Amino acid sequence: MKDTHYDVAIIGAGMSGLAAGIRLAHFGKKVCIFERHNAPGGLNSFYSIAGRKFDVGLHAMTNYVPPGVKGTPLGKLLRQLRIDRDEFALCPQKQSKISFGPRGETTLTFTNDFAVLETEVAAKFPAQADGWRQLVQLVKTYDDVSLDAKPVPAREVVGRYLTDPLLIDMLFCPVMYYGSAQERDMEFGQFVIMFKALYLEGFARPLDGVRVIIRVLLDKYRHAGGERRMKCGVAKIVEQQGRAAVLQLDDGTEVTADHVISSAGYPETMKMCEPAHTAEADANIGALSFCETIAVFKQAPAAWGWGDDTIIFFNDSPRFEYAAARELVDPRSGVICFPNNFDYAGGKLDEGWFRVTCLANYARWTGLAEADYQAAKKIGLDAMQRSARRFLPAVDDATLAANLVTTDMFTPRTVRKFTGHLNGAIYGAPHKVRDGRTHLANLYLCGTDQGFLGIIGAMLSGISMANYHILQKSGT
Amino acid sequence: MTKDETRKLVIDIISDIAPDEDLSAVKPDVRLRDQLQLDSMDFLDIVMELRKRHGIEVPEADYMQLASLDSCAEYLTPKFQAKA
Repeated sequence: MKDTHYDVAIIGAGMSGLAAGIRLAHFGKKVCIFERHNAPGGLNSFYSIAGRKFDVGLHAMTNYVPPGVKGTPLGKLLRQLRIDRDEFALCPQKQSKISFGPRGETTLTFTNDFAVLETEVAAKFPAQADGWRQLVQLVKTYDDVSLDAKPVPAREVVGRYLTDPLLIDMLFCPVMYYGSAQERDMEFGQFVIMFKALYLEGFARPLDGVRVIIRVLLDKYRHAGGERRMKCGVAKIVEQQGRAAVLQLDDGTEVTADHVISSAGYPETMKMCEPAHTAEADANIGALSFCETIAVFKQAPAAWGWGDDTIIFFNDSPRFEYAAARELVDPRSGVICFPNNFDYAGGKLDEGWFRVTCLANYARWTGLAEADYQAAKKIGLDAMQRSARRFLPAVDDATLAANLVTTDMFTPRTVRKFTGHLNGAIYGAPHKVRDGRTHLANLYLCGTDQGFLGIIGAMLSGISMANYHILQKSGT
Repeated sequence: MTKDETRKLVIDIISDIAPDEDLSAVKPDVRLRDQLQLDSMDFLDIVMELRKRHGIEVPEADYMQLASLDSCAEYLTPKFQAKA
């Protein structure tokens, strides 16, 4: 018979839930993670088709710093979870770029060495040099992990230092695509987290992709004594006297826990509560969803001149508009990722990969009948890849077709399925709950809607919430 | 339990928490924070590992007693002896 009482119950086996679980189990708490899906990882997961493994979510792990650099999120995470750096087997990016204009007329190249971006900004936006220096100084000294900071709009703060809308849009584009749940603007603390994660630190990836990270987390969690129930979501959180008293599981059974940590998202968790907090939930549902296309080739894309760029953030319009797509997809802007273009130190991927991400409209995708959905995927895939190819050296269709092995695509429907996020909102609710508190005394949030962004941020979120709400407070 | 043994136990804990720090030349009379890169999360972990491994409680008001290896030895050794 399964246990029915835990010190801590965690909802969701994504990066944040697993990280929280490792901390709690390591310090002797009796922990169980409940995951509705059959695969761990949440937004950052993987799946197999015909023996080929596809990553979902993760293009690159952000916050990469080389060995020996201390005091950054990656180092904190490794220490807190007692993970040896080598276990993640991180391979740094080669170089990335922000490419704006109908044919990518203005570019900013950046690498894991911040000096490269500084040189680029100085060369291409000389009039902005002073403001840029001051902005970077502010970012470096800003307390972005404060749990009680007042929210300030990032565009307003950045606008005090920079005046050229092109430079501002170019800097916001990667930062928003890799983490903003808010349309058009974001909270400045979140901007700082992402600015550090992408520009001051950098990108890396294990040769075998996100599954390496997930495997390390699962192993740590199991060794620490944590329990995990897959395909077993939490259906309801029953409130009694202001506390989360009982968890009703999808299979109809009930468990109790002294503490409950939910990584399901703010509105999703509020709707799980019995009685539900529907009004609060509905006022804080994200509107931003993505489509991603994946093309697999026989050779690495560098073979036909697609170069050494790892990630390319593109926008073809006079202003960059990060907002819910009005059509199925909005191909005006997006992100290209070439997983082959990391420095794998002698290793390499067996096939060539070309991924493109664009904003997409959840309601339109979910409103389609099955046959129309499949047809729409083909149209969307073509539109997104054609749009992205404007920002790459020209290659004729025949060369690509001759090399193509297979394609796949995920849509807002897929995001909903993997993450459970309402609206397929990839980065969750627009308004984050930094201290993780809810209306129930022993129910806390972690993950996307607590608001530490990115994959490292997600893990630090789980760690911080476990420390702050449970480990720092409990005696023997 | 001697003070030397206490110092050794604290070093063992720090080496597990922060394997990327070189602990071979830590000066016992200098604040740990001044010679190693340890933040408040790391100090909290030292406290929690003391509880987990040795059943030693360090109340929050006493955290400053853990500033250096010598102050750790002064403060923790009687606690270890009381348990023996």
